[in-house]
Amino acid sequence: MATLTIDACGLRKRYGSRIAVRDLTLQVGRGEAFGFLGPNGAGKSTSIKMLLGLVRPTGGSALLLGQPVGTREARARIGFLPEHFRFYDWLSATELLLFHGRLCGLKEDVLRRRVPRLLERVGLGTQSSKAIRSFSKGMMQRVGLAQAMINDPEILFLDEPTSGLDPAGRKLVRDVIREQRDRGATVFLNSHLLGEVEQSCDRVAFIREGRIVGMYRMGAWQGERTEVEIKASHIEPSALERLAGMACDLRLEGQLLRLSLDGQDRLPGVIRCLVESGAEIFSVIPQRVSLEDLFLKMMGPDPGL
Amino acid sequence: MSDNAIDEISGGLAANVPAEVTDAWEAETPASRGPGAARAVLLMARVTFREAARRKILWIAAIAGFAFLALFWIALHAAIKSSVRMPVIARHEGMQVMTMMVLYAGSMLTSLMAALTSCDALAGEIASGSIHAIATKPVSRASIVLGKWAGFAGMITLYVLLVEGGSIAIAAIEGGLVAPHSGAVLGLIWLQAMVLLDVTLAASTRFSSLTSGAITLGLYGLAFVGGWIEAFGAVRHVPTCVNLGIVSSLIMPSDALWRRAAYLLQPPLLGAAGASPFASSSIPSHAMAIYAVLYAACALILAQVLLASRDI
Ligand SMILES: Nc1ncnc2c1ncn2[C@@H]1O[C@H](COP(=O)(O)OP(=O)(O)OP(=O)(O)O)[C@@H](O)[C@H]1O
Ligand SMILES: [Mg+2]
Repeated sequence: MATLTIDACGLRKRYGSRIAVRDLTLQVGRGEAFGFLGPNGAGKSTSIKMLLGLVRPTGGSALLLGQPVGTREARARIGFLPEHFRFYDWLSATELLLFHGRLCGLKEDVLRRRVPRLLERVGLGTQSSKAIRSFSKGMMQRVGLAQAMINDPEILFLDEPTSGLDPAGRKLVRDVIREQRDRGATVFLNSHLLGEVEQSCDRVAFIREGRIVGMYRMGAWQGERTEVEIKASHIEPSALERLAGMACDLRLEGQLLRLSLDGQDRLPGVIRCLVESGAEIFSVIPQRVSLEDLFLKMMGPDPGL
Repeated sequence: MSDNAIDEISGGLAANVPAEVTDAWEAETPASRGPGAARAVLLMARVTFREAARRKILWIAAIAGFAFLALFWIALHAAIKSSVRMPVIARHEGMQVMTMMVLYAGSMLTSLMAALTSCDALAGEIASGSIHAIATKPVSRASIVLGKWAGFAGMITLYVLLVEGGSIAIAAIEGGLVAPHSGAVLGLIWLQAMVLLDVTLAASTRFSSLTSGAITLGLYGLAFVGGWIEAFGAVRHVPTCVNLGIVSSLIMPSDALWRRAAYLLQPPLLGAAGASPFASSSIPSHAMAIYAVLYAACALILAQVLLASRDI
């Protein structure tokens, strides 16, 4: 069994004179949750649409589950939640799922079991027979999520799944992503909500102006150096001199001491040194590089659209 | 095993499902390669039909159709009553003219319904994005178009039978007027509506709903005017006008189909009525009907190709 579920090579899309995606080359493995991050207009949705065969690439090629994108074989094994999920508003949630299940070629008895279960899963168990005309945006998004999972997909594409969802809905999406991954499915998540991605993805790629500008395993960007912020009083100059040997970038501003260490294991030594010199410590906070810091660093100052 | 991430969450429900059932679920999903093409078409046709019913288009069209028939019936009844003293030939001719006019109006009604109900079919789905969820399922875009077409074709067939079949039946029941070639006439009027349907579908793969409707109605109008010009040219012997008419029939054969139907319907006497939609001064040939069938088929294929080759 191939371990690569998405294998894109040099995908490119031009709309008139505007290049939406310059060069999309990425590989995603089975059971991986992959986050695709970028500012508005970076080309995230266009990339997903090329992988789904909705948009024809101007150049490059891609395989999904070993099949060229857009073939029926590939589509039978994927699920997709579009960016703005809309559907026939005269259907009820149950009818909508039945219709999509039938389009996937699922048998009626399978659907009869699966549809109520999925609706329950996305928290719409009690709304199943209401026309989706009466649904709120978040409810619509939930039906869309259920629709994307109707065929137990091997790859689940989610284009900004949490837009319009309340905190419970966002947690639902995170849980669903985790469940799908645990089932062995690949999840491809488009988002600009960094918190979501940080909590649910194994790997992230940053896209900017149609080009991937960085790809990281989650947390791997932390690097060796640890920034620490210590709040303390009575710090003697002699203690600072001794600390200078253990850390660099030493700065004392009032009661706040900032320093940078080669790895966390140096931290206890620093604290001991401070305590022995008579300083009183109120807090020690290691500063982590968050995904947001990284995002802002990758994207640079906001150039506007 | 991947087992049942979903089962766990839905708790009680999942617990009730016997083990072999969940195994079947696991086993059959990878095997499924989507519905066959025929089933995909059927699914799309059914949902199109249901949409028309749920959005009340079907009922409004049906009410319009019945009102039309009722009007004709009452008018015919009154006309017959008032003309009992006339000679039989004149009475018969009056009824024939009336029936012909009603059939003509009916063919316009069915044609307009065909264009107006279908112009939102594909354009609307593309605009709203609901096609994203469909086109990423394992069904070909050609089947999506064909399914939509089949749904509308079914409705149009019923509508032609109701409006035009009903008119012919009323003429027979009330007036004792047995329309000649009524099967062929119904077929031609049906074909006219189908031509307009297919053109609308093809347009709606690339244009907005309104634009698609406007394109079809524009072509319909062109054919209509072309028909008059051709008839005028035939009566007054102006070859340029006749040729213009023929060209317009080739661009959009809808009016030519009506004129052939009218020719099949009318008794020889009426043929001399001059330039009118009922005149047989320039009768489109049988070949024109065959051309229209090919035209409709090409428009449908074009719709499939245009949808399959565009970004959505
Ligand atoms: N159909 C289209 N025609 C022309 N240009 C398009 C089309 N679709 C997208 N674009 C352009 O391609 C670029 C990428 O758009 P895309 O929708 O992929 O961005 P995105 O990363 O998904 O943004 P967002 O976060 O706002 O959803 C944009 O500059 C957009 O203007
Ligand atoms: Mg987007």
